Amino acid sequence: MEKMPKWADVVLIPLISLLLAAILSALVILAIGENPVEAVNLMVTGALGSTYGWGYTLYYATNFMFTGLAVAVAFHARLFNIGGEGQAMLGGLGVAMVCLYVDWPHWSIALLAACAASMLFGAAWAAIPAYLQAKRGSHIVITTIMFNFIAAAFLNYMLVNIMRPQGSQDPATARFPETVHLPTFQSMFSTADNVLFRGAPANITFFIALLACVAVWALIWRTRLGYEIRAYGHSETGAVYAGISPVRITIVAMLISGALAGLMAINNVMGEAERLVLNSTEGAGFIGIAVALMGRSHPFGVFLAALLFGFLYQGGAELALWASIPRELIVVIQALVILFTGALDNMVRMPLEKLFMALRKESA
Amino acid sequence: MDFLTLIQVLDSTVRLAVPLLLACLAGLYSERAGIFDIGLEGKMLMAAFFSAAIAAVTGSVWLGLLAGIASSLILSGLHGLASITFRGNQLISGVAINFLAAGMTVLVAQSWFSQGGRTPSLFGNGRFEPITFPFADALSDVPVIGPIYSELLSGHSILVYVAFLMVPLTWWILFRTRFGLRLRAVGENPAAVDTAGVSVVGLRYAAVAICGVLCGIAGAYLATALQAGFVKDMTAGRGFIALAALIFAKWRPWQAMGACLLFGLLQAIALRFQNIDLGGVVIPVQVMDALPYILTVVILAGFVGKAVPPRAGGEPYVKER
Repeated sequence: MEKMPKWADVVLIPLISLLLAAILSALVILAIGENPVEAVNLMVTGALGSTYGWGYTLYYATNFMFTGLAVAVAFHARLFNIGGEGQAMLGGLGVAMVCLYVDWPHWSIALLAACAASMLFGAAWAAIPAYLQAKRGSHIVITTIMFNFIAAAFLNYMLVNIMRPQGSQDPATARFPETVHLPTFQSMFSTADNVLFRGAPANITFFIALLACVAVWALIWRTRLGYEIRAYGHSETGAVYAGISPVRITIVAMLISGALAGLMAINNVMGEAERLVLNSTEGAGFIGIAVALMGRSHPFGVFLAALLFGFLYQGGAELALWASIPRELIVVIQALVILFTGALDNMVRMPLEKLFMALRKESA
Repeated sequence: MDFLTLIQVLDSTVRLAVPLLLACLAGLYSERAGIFDIGLEGKMLMAAFFSAAIAAVTGSVWLGLLAGIASSLILSGLHGLASITFRGNQLISGVAINFLAAGMTVLVAQSWFSQGGRTPSLFGNGRFEPITFPFADALSDVPVIGPIYSELLSGHSILVYVAFLMVPLTWWILFRTRFGLRLRAVGENPAAVDTAGVSVVGLRYAAVAICGVLCGIAGAYLATALQAGFVKDMTAGRGFIALAALIFAKWRPWQAMGACLLFGLLQAIALRFQNIDLGGVVIPVQVMDALPYILTVVILAGFVGKAVPPRAGGEPYVKER
């Protein structure tokens, strides 16, 4: 017998966790002498009050969808891929190489090539930790953390010593040529007399992220591979008994995860910055952890959680601009979300399970 | 490279190794008791801020040290609550703690001091001053031994000596006391410890608390001895290098000291020389930055001696009914 109904597990627990995180965040805002209600108002108007705000919110949400899906796919195989940050950095390197070193006739072809390159680079960066976990039993969390730092050093080397244009002091590549600039929401949705999303970075990649959500859903719940990944995640011994190879699933799941994290680069590198800079990922790889936890590793959940974090990110930037609350408030909220939906899950779950058991006894 | 440069590099190696060593030993207690801790970084950062903040406000570095330890202990308590009491995922809890510290330190710093997320600079009694050994000045002219004694051994703050004394102490506690035996047992086979009538939960909380105290000292050292005040993200990945050193040392105290000195040396070299020219082959500075992590991956891969973590590490203990 299940301890509680499925809707409680899928909807109620994340909502309560989120509520706890929100209450604590409000207390934090109070403690630093600001008004939480005003802060929320500022965030809502800043992030959702205009198409400009939406343009940023959706841009951030696109990043988080990719990294959230990356963490979620690995979670299904009970692997904790903390290396989304490094994989996204390497994805950026792949995108930059495609955009700078090849002459593309049209952005659409360049986009396809950039997608392939970013996925390839991201997957390659996940491949070594995956192999070491599968074959040598090295803990994937530790190796992916190490690979984040190695990626940062590697990218630093590539930008400072190799890809930086001559005469430039900035550790960044040259600007990408005009032909590979992606259509932004402004150019896609504006009419001659009504300009929408003016200057906001949201671009066509948003729709690729939506496609990725659908693709991951189909992969996990509608294919044999997805079934094997879930089976392996539920019980390694059970999966082995059913003839599923742990080595293969570990490596394949991590490659997909790395490819998804790498794919983020078409949004932030090709779509927004239009060149590769140091720290282009801005911690989006880590936010993917919070997004996947909150979304219960389901693509639709990831989509919703990514929107929420996109809102928080853009709202946080507005807060820093208009109130004396630093942007780091978002980092605190992110920490609280990870804490309550991830680490303290049982704190919410245990009393709820007891409650539902008691209710069931009464009605029986 | 002349002798004096060598001494200077080694001297800065010692300084840079100390926060790594304290955090590494902190992780050693926690992980030996079966609680993985990737929140070392966050605890150090929190302690760095509160030690600097309290030292700046009160003018006493000792009160700052206490505040740093207390703040680190609170995060330890949170980690214990999540991973011991509520049997949550220890890795996720560690990630949350790192972010909590990264955000809270800047928020509080901005709210208290309004200096863009930093504390005022510390001076006088607000910092740990270097301790000069007897006759250090008199002996400094003696060849070879003089510089070693007066530059390398003398002239560090008290926390440096505390850190290095912690190494034999940790070895003694872990391998020569009843508490240490139980602590190690609880990381390998908690059910056996439970059967013997010793509290698994109590031991693990004790280990996590020791970890908090040591991380607190490490953070206080960063902000009040190595540097004069807190700046945003000042730990700069040291908690993760300490974690790397812990794996490199295969969870043993003396080897942990060796690993931390090695990684400290890499940092000192990267600080002093930018690109190193070895007979025509130039080693870029980024290689030095990445080397601790690369070495750790190699060790983890088991190609050069396999690193095997404590067997019950990361697993919450559920008593059988």
